[in-house]
This record gives sequence, structure tokens and C-alpha cells, in this order.
Amino acid sequence: MSRISVTEERCKGCLLCTTVCPVEIIQVSERINQQGYKVAEVPAEAMDKCTGCASCATICPDMAIEVWRSKKSKKAA
Amino acid sequence: MAGAKDLIFVKGNEAIAMGALDAGCRCFFGYPITPQNDIPEYMSKAIIDAGGEFVQAESEVAAANMLLGAGACGVRAMTSSSSPGMSLKQEAISYMAGSEIPAVIVNMNRGGPGLGDIGPSQGDYFQSTRGGGHGDYRLLVLAPSSAQEAYDMTHKAFDLAFAYRSPVLILGDAIIGQMKEPIRRRELTLAAPDEGAAWRLEGTKADLPAGAPPRAHRIIKSLYLMDGELAGQNKMLQAKYEQWKKLVEFETFEVKDADLVVVAYGSIGRIAKNAVRALRKKGKKVGLFRPKTLYPFPEKALARLAKEGKKFLTIEHNLGQMVEDVRLSVRHHADSDLFCVYPGNMPSPDDFEAPILRALGRK
Amino acid sequence: MTTTQNAANAAEELVFTRPASLADRATHYCPGCHHGIAHRLVAELLDEMDLAGRTVAASSIGCSVFLYNYIKVDTVESPHGRAPAVATGIKRARPECFCFTYQGDGDLASIGMAEIMHAANRGERLSVVFVNNTVYGMTGGQMAPTTLIGQKTTTCPGGRCHDREGSPIRMAEIISQLGGTAFCARASLDSVKNIRQAKKYMRQAFEAQTRGLGFGFVELLSGCPTNWRLSPVAANKRITEEMIPYFPLGVFKELAGDGTCGSTVAPDTAAGTAAGTAAGAAGEGK
Repeated sequence: MSRISVTEERCKGCLLCTTVCPVEIIQVSERINQQGYKVAEVPAEAMDKCTGCASCATICPDMAIEVWRSKKSKKAA
Repeated sequence: MAGAKDLIFVKGNEAIAMGALDAGCRCFFGYPITPQNDIPEYMSKAIIDAGGEFVQAESEVAAANMLLGAGACGVRAMTSSSSPGMSLKQEAISYMAGSEIPAVIVNMNRGGPGLGDIGPSQGDYFQSTRGGGHGDYRLLVLAPSSAQEAYDMTHKAFDLAFAYRSPVLILGDAIIGQMKEPIRRRELTLAAPDEGAAWRLEGTKADLPAGAPPRAHRIIKSLYLMDGELAGQNKMLQAKYEQWKKLVEFETFEVKDADLVVVAYGSIGRIAKNAVRALRKKGKKVGLFRPKTLYPFPEKALARLAKEGKKFLTIEHNLGQMVEDVRLSVRHHADSDLFCVYPGNMPSPDDFEAPILRALGRK
Repeated sequence: MTTTQNAANAAEELVFTRPASLADRATHYCPGCHHGIAHRLVAELLDEMDLAGRTVAASSIGCSVFLYNYIKVDTVESPHGRAPAVATGIKRARPECFCFTYQGDGDLASIGMAEIMHAANRGERLSVVFVNNTVYGMTGGQMAPTTLIGQKTTTCPGGRCHDREGSPIRMAEIISQLGGTAFCARASLDSVKNIRQAKKYMRQAFEAQTRGLGFGFVELLSGCPTNWRLSPVAANKRITEEMIPYFPLGVFKELAGDGTCGSTVAPDTAAGTAAGTAAGAAGEGK
């Protein structure tokens, strides 16, 4: 399973990430950070859809998104 | 090839190039303009032979900015030009002063304003000694009056530039640049390997053993936007310029018992010296004071002479620029007369005798 | 890549994080501004190519004047437009260093036109990252040399008019025609696919220097939502729909390692660019 984490204090709410997610799980939240921006989020229940493609992090101008990808087990392979 | 101790017969321009090379200058960035072309022409071969770099830039603007880049790396570098070209270099010179980048800049002053002519002039005195570009800054300004002095001052300029992290200006003119005279070169002295090691740009892992963590990155800049930051930077620069006062240099000739002191610099100082010499033979009590550093200006030495009750005559190859510094220096005890040689005219010692006698006779 | 353990799950791998050369701090850029992406790509390449420790950068004037606050390499601030001349001085003084400039369209294509053209023509071993967002950002959205026809700015409020203000300058095409250019391309930062392509081009521009081939140049079409008066999402759409048709993407010149033209893909120019490149190729290892 893959996931992203949004550093909310770095997010400027540009929402470019929301336009590139292939499974459309990133959305604007109701939370406002100290800079006054409404930050992007992935609802907890949607996170298991994340493919770890890193498109959101690639287009994020503010290094606000980190991406984790589950390691393929060598034994399973 | 002549050895280091032999007398050689060269133009002042060539002497400047040789002084730079013998001081370990490694990069030269030039652009053609009369009457300084001998400098880039000489450098285009000699500095390459010495293992350095020569670039004929696309403009004086670019040449001065190349100098900025090389200086930021802590490498001894130089550019040269003449008056119209110097106007174009002022942008980078202001940045170099503001961001404390050492460099040597040569101006072989020609007549202005505008395109002027290609003959000698001292019309760039204000530009040279007041900074020249935007903002509050000064350059160390050295004014040679012979080919040997041009060589020696250029050689010394590199040490000064690095000692004070500042651009240093050599202010000559078409007379100094084009006149051929014997000079003696010194042994080659290369820059110390650790010159500028505390601030120069060379990469965050330069000189570190493999695998060692990089040092913090260095920034050389002149932009200070935070409240009070620029004030601090200006204060620091001002303190540096105060330190320069101890570097002041001048020549005096027959001033001790003189009633009148002629103040003149560079080529005009040398011509005036001959006029003084001739008048001494006629029993006239006149002397010469020749500033060798134009900034810092030898104001204390002039003030001392003024206190002794001497009169002053400033002779310049312009419409009256250094005279303001002379008057400021002597203002508590005296004033200075002014004799201007208009750029476009070539003066001889004879031309100075009448104005010197006039000033001497003044009440 | 760093590996981290997650208590709840099996081993997982951090596949996207901040490159070591990019400072861990918020930028001063507006929301949706592409400078952040361009900075990150530069930092990623400096790390991946193991160049950061021997890099000296020449920053420029414009919104990216604070480049040195974000990319942790030795940097000197250049006067407006002069970064290629400053970088020439750096590279001649320290040829062992890697040197890049990072310039906007006002800096590079207007006031710095002479410096960029001649640095390229001399084949200086430099890499230039050119961020083209068709507007002067830092000063408040004035007309730039790359402003599109009809685009409204604070100094062409009626929209740029060809008869009065001329046409937008296509820098990548111009630079590709110069003798010392070893690699020249245009990419865009408007989509994930284009950003990944941009990084590939930037790597080639960096390699043009590290392999001693000559001058490397990459133009990055970028968004300026604030001065375009658009939302970040709409600004990206504008790049796709209005900028790319005028500023075609692709490689405009690429010298092979032997100094010949490997490929001259010129999407918008019928004429090949092979002519006149031999001189630029000849200078390797000078």
C-alpha cells in the first residue's frame, strides 16, 4: 500500500496536486494553515487507493508532499 | 627575454599589463577602446602563456561582470578600459563594492563628455573618487605618473584589493598609457594558495577529504532587504573606507620653504614638476604636491601645509574636479587657485609657469 | 532514497522527498508559481549528478533573486541580465567547478540579451536554466519580451500589440543557432509528463558542461498565476493552451560527444540547425 503525507504548513493551497492524481483522492480541506491557505488533503478512508505514482509531489511547487510506496517483498516475488 | 632586474623600454599600458602578470593576475576581461588597447592586446597572449584566461567580452558591461564572477571565486583578475567604457563598467563596480569582491580596474582616462576624444584627460576624477556607480561606496584609486609607477601601482593594487576585499582603480590617462619609458620588472609573485579562502566561492566540498560533509554554502551578494540590514552593511563598508586613510600616498617636491604649493596628479603632476623645477631655477619659492592615492585623498598632509601659511594652486586636465578636494583639505587656513587645462589640449611645462606666478603673486 | 519503517504496515519506501541540496524552508513564491518546481529539479540534478559540492552558481534579478536561500550551493548575485557574464568569469577562474545560471525572461531575454547570446556563442561551459513565464514577476507584472500577443500586463494594459511592441521572443530557437551551443531545448512545467521531460532536458544541459561539449540551455515554460490574474489551475491550463502552441517544446540542438550534431529536432523551424555548429564543437578541452 502506498500513501502521501502533506506538510500542511508548506502547502499554499494552489491545488495543482488535485488536478493530477490518477485516482482523484486529493481534495481541498477545510483546514487553514498559519499562512492562511486552505491546505490539500487525502481523506483517511481514501488513502488506500493511493498508487504512489508521485504525480502530486512532482507538480507541487512547494515540496509539501512526500510519497511512500510499499516495498515489494522479495520473498513474495 | 629581459630578466627581472633589467631595464626594459615599454609603453605605460604594457607596464600595467606586466605589473598585473607579475602580481599573479590569472584572468583578464577586456574590450577594445582607445587609448588602452595595448593592455588587452598584450594580455591576450601573455596571460595565456602564464596559464591564465583571456576573454574579449561582448561589451564593457560584460567584461566588468566577468571580473565580478572571477573575483567572487577569489582569483586575481583585471579589466581595463577608457572613459566611455568606464561609464559602462560602473554597474558591476557598484555591485563589486557592495558585495566586497576584490578586483583591479584600469581607466586610461580620455577626453569627454560623451565620445570626447582619444587624447589625455583627467575628466574622470569625480567618477573615480566618488565611487562612480550608484550607492554609497568608494574605490581605492591609485594615480601613476610614469610607466614605472604604473607597473608598481598595478602590482600593488592586487594586494590591496584582496586585503580589503574591494575593487581598486588605476587611474591613468592617454599620456601615461602611450608614452614609452624604461621600467624594471620584479620577480613573479603568485597569489598565496589560501588567498580569500575564508570567503571565496569554489564549491561546498572544495579541499575537503572525500566523504566529508560539505561546509555551509557561501553567498556573495549586495541585496539586503530586511529592516536595518542594509544600514549595517553600509556601516561596515564605511568603517573599511576609514581604514584606508592609512594607505594615503603622495609625493612632495620643494615644498619645505615654498610659498606656493602646486597640487597636481598623474601626468599633469609630472609636467607641473618640470614647471616648478624651472621656476626654482629662477628663484621662485614654489613646490609640488602630487597625490598618488586619489582616494584616500591626502587631506591631512595638505592641511598641515596650509597651516604653515602656504598658498595653493591646483592644476588639472579637466574643468576643475580635484580642486574641490584640495579646498576641503585646506579650508581652515587657505584656499586653492585653479588652473584648468581643457581636455583636447596637450600642456607643456611652459604653459604652467604664468599661472603659477600669478597664484604666487596673489595676496 | 531514504527508507523508513511504518509501524502499521509492512516495509515502505520513501520514494519522493526533498533533495539534499534544497533548503528545508518555505519559499517566498506565490501559490502555484513554478519557480519551486524548477528549483527542485535543479537541486535533484545537482545531487543525482554529484555536482553540488563543486558548484558555483550565478543568480539573477527577478523573483528568483533569492535562489541562494533555497539551493544550497556557493552563489554570487549578478546584476540584472549579467549572470552569463558573471558565470563566464566564474568558469574561467575555476574551470573545475560546475557553474549554472538561473534566469527569468526579463533578465535573460531583455536586459541580458547580449550576455546570453555571447556566452552561448563562445561555447562557455555553462548550463543555463531559463524560466519563461511571459511577464516581469518581481516588479509587479510588466510586459516582458516573451509576453504573448494580446496578453494584458501592467505596461500593455490593452494587450501586447505586435505593431507597437513586437512579437514574443523565442529564445530556445535563437540560442540553438549559435556556434557554441551544445544542447538547447524547451520544456514546460505545466504537467507531470512535461515536468519529467524538463528534468531530462536539464540533465542533458548539465551534461553538456560536465562532458566539456559546450553551452547548455533549457527554457522552462512556467506559470505566474498572480501576474496573469489566474488561479494556479487556470494558469497551468493557459500554458498548455496558449504558450506551448507559440513556444514549441522539444530539443533544438544537441551535439553528440564527438562534436557533431547528434539531432536537431526543431519542431517549429523547418531549417535544420546543423550549419554553423562545427566551430562550437571544436573548443572541447580548451
